[in-house]
Amino acid sequence: MSKVNLNIPEVEIREIRLNSITGFQGTAKELVDACSACGGKMKDKNRSFSQCLGCGTSNAACTLTLIQDAAIISHGPVGCSTCLHEFAFTYRVNAYLRQLEHPTQRKIFSTNLEEKDTIYGGAKKLEAAIREVHKRAKPKAIFVITTCAAGIIGDDVESVTNAAQKELGIPVVAVFCEGFRSKMWTSGFDAGYHGIARKIIKPARQKRNIINVINFWGSDIFREWFAEFGYEPNYITPFATVDSLSYSSEAALTIQACSTLGSYLGAALEQGFGVPEIRNSPPYGIAQTDRWFRELGQILGKEKEVEEFLARKKAEYMPKIEALREKLKGKTAYVTAGASHGHSLLALLKELGMETQGAAIFHHDPKYDNEDERADTLSHTVADYGDVPNYNVCNKQEFELVNVLNRIRPDILLARHGGMTLWGAKLGIPSLLVGDEHFGMGYEGLVAYGERILETIDNDEFVKNLAKHSVNPYTKWWLEQEPYTFLGK
Amino acid sequence: MAGLIEQERYTCAIGALQTVVAIPRAVPILHSGPGCGVMIKGFFERASGYAGGETAPCTNFSEKEVVFGGTDRLRNIIKNTYKVLDTDLQVVVTGCTAGIVGDDVASVTDEFLWEEDRPIVHVETSGFKSNNYVSHSAVVNAIIDQYVSRFEEENPARSEKNLVNVFASIPYQDQFWKGNLKEYKRLLEGLGLKVNILFGPHSGGVKEWQTIPKANFNVFISPWYGEPIVKNLERKYGQPYYQFGYLPIGANETTKFLNGVLEYAIEQGAGIDEIKARAFIAEEERAYYEELDNLATFLLEFRYGLPSYAHVLHDAGYVVGLTKFLLHETGVIPKEQFIVDNVPAKYQEKIAEEIRSVSDKREIPVYFDPDAGAMQDVIRGLDNKGRALILGSGWDKELAAEIGGDFLSIACPTPYRIVLTTNYVGYTGGLRVIEDIYNTALATYK
Repeated sequence: MSKVNLNIPEVEIREIRLNSITGFQGTAKELVDACSACGGKMKDKNRSFSQCLGCGTSNAACTLTLIQDAAIISHGPVGCSTCLHEFAFTYRVNAYLRQLEHPTQRKIFSTNLEEKDTIYGGAKKLEAAIREVHKRAKPKAIFVITTCAAGIIGDDVESVTNAAQKELGIPVVAVFCEGFRSKMWTSGFDAGYHGIARKIIKPARQKRNIINVINFWGSDIFREWFAEFGYEPNYITPFATVDSLSYSSEAALTIQACSTLGSYLGAALEQGFGVPEIRNSPPYGIAQTDRWFRELGQILGKEKEVEEFLARKKAEYMPKIEALREKLKGKTAYVTAGASHGHSLLALLKELGMETQGAAIFHHDPKYDNEDERADTLSHTVADYGDVPNYNVCNKQEFELVNVLNRIRPDILLARHGGMTLWGAKLGIPSLLVGDEHFGMGYEGLVAYGERILETIDNDEFVKNLAKHSVNPYTKWWLEQEPYTFLGK
Repeated sequence: MAGLIEQERYTCAIGALQTVVAIPRAVPILHSGPGCGVMIKGFFERASGYAGGETAPCTNFSEKEVVFGGTDRLRNIIKNTYKVLDTDLQVVVTGCTAGIVGDDVASVTDEFLWEEDRPIVHVETSGFKSNNYVSHSAVVNAIIDQYVSRFEEENPARSEKNLVNVFASIPYQDQFWKGNLKEYKRLLEGLGLKVNILFGPHSGGVKEWQTIPKANFNVFISPWYGEPIVKNLERKYGQPYYQFGYLPIGANETTKFLNGVLEYAIEQGAGIDEIKARAFIAEEERAYYEELDNLATFLLEFRYGLPSYAHVLHDAGYVVGLTKFLLHETGVIPKEQFIVDNVPAKYQEKIAEEIRSVSDKREIPVYFDPDAGAMQDVIRGLDNKGRALILGSGWDKELAAEIGGDFLSIACPTPYRIVLTTNYVGYTGGLRVIEDIYNTALATYK
């Protein structure tokens, strides 16, 4: 039974909705098998030592802050939104990728909850804040993201936002993303998308030749791809407008750059607004690229065009891919990334003929919201290319990563979140973080990624020097222990 | 002052975990929800230090700890921190979750006080309690009260006549803290003093902290933040303090600062060779004016346009220091100034008076408001003539572009600038500010 319910204020967290876990040690195949053996009802493990995790509130903000004409209010103490300036930076520097010539200043506010508010409640403060933000920023919609303090003191954010929406005549959306609710910061994506789905998206007026792309702020490759079939991408949510989001219901279908990101919104658009969603996980590696494009062709009724397109791509890129495989043969790699994107990177590395020695993947969703097995990126990777040893589900616990890297010492570390490449470099391992999540997609992506990997492995003088002088706060004792010593049974 | 804030320029109380990160080989242990550490890391950027950022242990409160309390989880995390991380001082800082559910953190850290040979300190920093300008003092005082006090016997109060403790920059919140502290140390040593600088690579880590009681007096460079530290030391060890109420930037103010410390040190019985100390000041000044003299032709004759007036959006220490410096040592006229560090009301009049004293012929309007987004709207509504220079945080880059002004990033958050060990205080700091302002202006000519 799918858990999409747009009539309630809050979407359930991933632990409950998808049985997602943050602790596992074994091989990729063992994880895939364990998930199917228990029907997706995995039991999570706790750690008796842990380091700083991200929380849902910043991931919710990630889905909302880059909407062109919306404003964000963090209902909490001033600290709960202090990293959101990073999204303001992203918006400004990446706007050109969406042909946005004059990116406007991001409108990010805090209700600045203080001690007396934790005693008397912060609802009045929030009401005043919404009015002031409406006056000052003149947004097309206001999103209120919640925080631990607001959640524990029990402010009725839903009632306040509903009343404000009535008063101001624009959507005022409560997004419930208190950090303590979930061990998975990705629950914040779902919270943001739930807010959009229940209060922004409207029923379709007519169908249009657009395809929803749930993504971050990557390069505009879909414009060229979809043009082949007579469609245009409708990028969601960064650089979208409140209006373009409202009518995402008019798209022919929805695709996701990463199932970890878009799982909930893809399902909500399908179940709530009748927009079909591509089931296959994103197009990384040849096998998955072919499957993904064929499903696209099927939904659009463009099977023939897709076959021609794939044949053209193969003819153009296969010789380059072969040449890269020759150069990368026998090179070893370790991956640390969010779930689905991490699985895709493993597929990509294997496609390029590299040896994947292991992975630290931030969490695992045994199934996605569409409950379709075709969306399971990891099982595709394992079925297409074989097992991955040292497969660890680890929510960015640096101490485990350092321990593992120190043992495995791959030729390259591939990372997808900030803060992780440092440890490759400190150990003298060439490390690569590709920020653009579309970079490795399709046939051209394999070539682009392969070339970047070669460059990174070649450019090792800096990391070798850094390793000689780097500071290591970890004890000798710890580096000699098994990496998962603190992971419970 | 307790209302809405747009574009935060500081963070909440738990942000003072960076005060711990700034002490060599100390580790903050967060007893907080998940996300607090990442928010702080994201605010300051490039601020992980030895064991902050993703290395810092955290209990990552879940629903279970909110309902049943998190002390068991904290006990485990502390115990295993000792095993996993090689550190000299552990400081437990708490977040909103721990604060609201009322965990008795002291009872947990007490268990480790004598059990382990590595010291532990706890301090309440629930985000809703205050901000990091305020809680910096709480963290420092907690370390003094719970750690430094254990070494009082070997370090009798005020027993070293030439030793001073310096309390000035808030680490990381002042993005030039490393450079500034290093420069204060160099300048004070130039007077013949010995300096506990306490933070950063030029401090002696926890060993240096142990000698805090020995200092003859404290040098306190701040308009308001940090005051509870010097008051605490005054009570505890009878140490008086010399206060300089803003950042001494450039020659006028640095000379004033150094002369002030020198006279105070002599008064307090420090063994100072006054002639040598005065000679040091004179030499520093000479080197400074050699540069300014050389540059004056450029400032007066460059015919393609340079900034003519400035708005500073920063904390009170910087706004006052830069206002004085800009007017008298660069010729850029300080127009409306914006103090955004949520200065408590009782200190505002003194700061406003300091700004009034900058010039006897012009009035410089000053605003106190942490709602920096609203302050930007004030600037948008102004009609000053000439070419503007905005000195502020990354938030202000867009504003500067809107009004066709130059922009120099000098405050948090600072995504458009990397600062390593640059200093803005002192004689050399003043010269660096000049370089930065005019390089920024010149870089616009493409």
